Amino acid sequence: MSIQHAVAAPSPAIPPLVEAKGLTVRLGGRVILDHVDLQVRPGEIVTLIGPNGAGKTTLVRAVLGLVRASAGAVERRKGLRIGYMPQRLTVDATLPLTVRRFLALWRPVTAARVEAALEEAGVAHLAGSPVQNVSGGELQRVLLARALLGDPELLVLDEPDQAVDVHGQAELFERIETLRRSRGCGVLLVSHDLHTVMARTDRVLCLNRHVCCHGTPEDVRRHPEYRALFGGHADALAVYVHHHDHAHAANGTVVSGHDGDCCHG
Amino acid sequence: MDDFVLRALAAGCGIALMAGPLGSFVVWRRMAYFGDTLAHSALLGVALGFLLGVNPLIGVMGVCVALALALVGLQRHRALASDTLLGILSHASLSLGLVAIAFLETLRVDLISYLFGDILSVTPGDLAWIYGGGAVALGGLVLLWRRLLAVTVDEDLARVEGMPVEALRLAFMLLIALVIAAAMKIVGILLITSLLIIPAAAARRFARTPEAMAVLASIFGMVAVLGGLLASLNWDLPGGPSVVVAAAALFLASAVVPVRS
Repeated sequence: MSIQHAVAAPSPAIPPLVEAKGLTVRLGGRVILDHVDLQVRPGEIVTLIGPNGAGKTTLVRAVLGLVRASAGAVERRKGLRIGYMPQRLTVDATLPLTVRRFLALWRPVTAARVEAALEEAGVAHLAGSPVQNVSGGELQRVLLARALLGDPELLVLDEPDQAVDVHGQAELFERIETLRRSRGCGVLLVSHDLHTVMARTDRVLCLNRHVCCHGTPEDVRRHPEYRALFGGHADALAVYVHHHDHAHAANGTVVSGHDGDCCHG
Repeated sequence: MDDFVLRALAAGCGIALMAGPLGSFVVWRRMAYFGDTLAHSALLGVALGFLLGVNPLIGVMGVCVALALALVGLQRHRALASDTLLGILSHASLSLGLVAIAFLETLRVDLISYLFGDILSVTPGDLAWIYGGGAVALGGLVLLWRRLLAVTVDEDLARVEGMPVEALRLAFMLLIALVIAAAMKIVGILLITSLLIIPAAAARRFARTPEAMAVLASIFGMVAVLGGLLASLNWDLPGGPSVVVAAAALFLASAVVPVRS
């Protein structure tokens, strides 16, 4: 496990897929994001955590190019292929659309590839169902399959654990981990599930409009601002993280520059 | 059958043919009220066309586009909800059109025929406009079909996939404007939206794919044109409204027909 990680471990020398520099977003006069720095490199999993209203979704939308920066910038690598898995999807009931057709809408793609993607996501049996009838957990799989059909270099997942039960979560994160290793794509994910985040992530960025702290999960866990934000939950993690420390030991290099960003605001 | 009846039929069927797929999009995108607003502005386009000495259909297209752009601009401010903005634009442009036509004293316009259509007075020139415009509209729709569907399903996803969402939206509005310009003389600007949305709504329960719904909507539209025209001739009823009543009857019938799920 640790050897595979070492292979997949991103080096700071590799240019990031996407980078936010001093990103500030104001919407309707309110500051949603305040001088946020973020980098995602090929092969690394970066997780955004933070309380409700911390600007997690706004940061994701800025990375995707859906929200304009009021100051600072988001730089994407030229021609970057992004696979985006949104939190939810509501398709108007008047549109007769099967899951199969839904997957084929986004780019010219052969029927065989669509079927293979459905098979891989474990939802082949839903191919002919109306996309509106699919349950929350199944829709997550369909949306992930959709994101993967574009052969992304950067996978962006907004709260992928929201609609799924605990078992489904573990499975989903297992898949993300496999994808990262087999395809070498970078992963940016928003999560509210601290346990899963801490166990599966290379770097955590704790957001509360500004970046409270960032670094490896164990760094963030020790950080006072993180502890202030998540209080009791932060302690609950202590037991769990032990196993995780071990798995990620080879990964220390990623944290460089971490200290400078901490403890403001 | 008389020539004017055949021309009326041909014109009505041409409109129904292009209204099927475009109307399906109007239903999917929940833009019925938007279509209505564009249609209401058409009268202003007719007046401007006369004023500038260009074909009224060009005037209609121009006003529709200006209105669509104005709406996009107003929506960006988010000061008022979309339906309020549409209500303002819809009635303001209709009234502006009526005022402009009254102002053009030299112009003798049969207002009733613009408002409610005059399907039995279709000329061969009108037919050329309808089928020419229809071919352009349907061709454009086929070309943009997949991407328009994608934008309809989720604009954010489409944008992340690199689709030009704003341009696609504008193209769709242009296609709607084209239908309105072509259909104005047939059912009139007050009833055009019904020809877009009623056949599509009737087709929904019987369709499993977007394409099936579009084609079925065209067929239902043509059936409504045929039924409405026959009723109009038989009982000496106004043509445009008869077609819309026939479409509504078809919709009611479609709602009670059992469908295997």
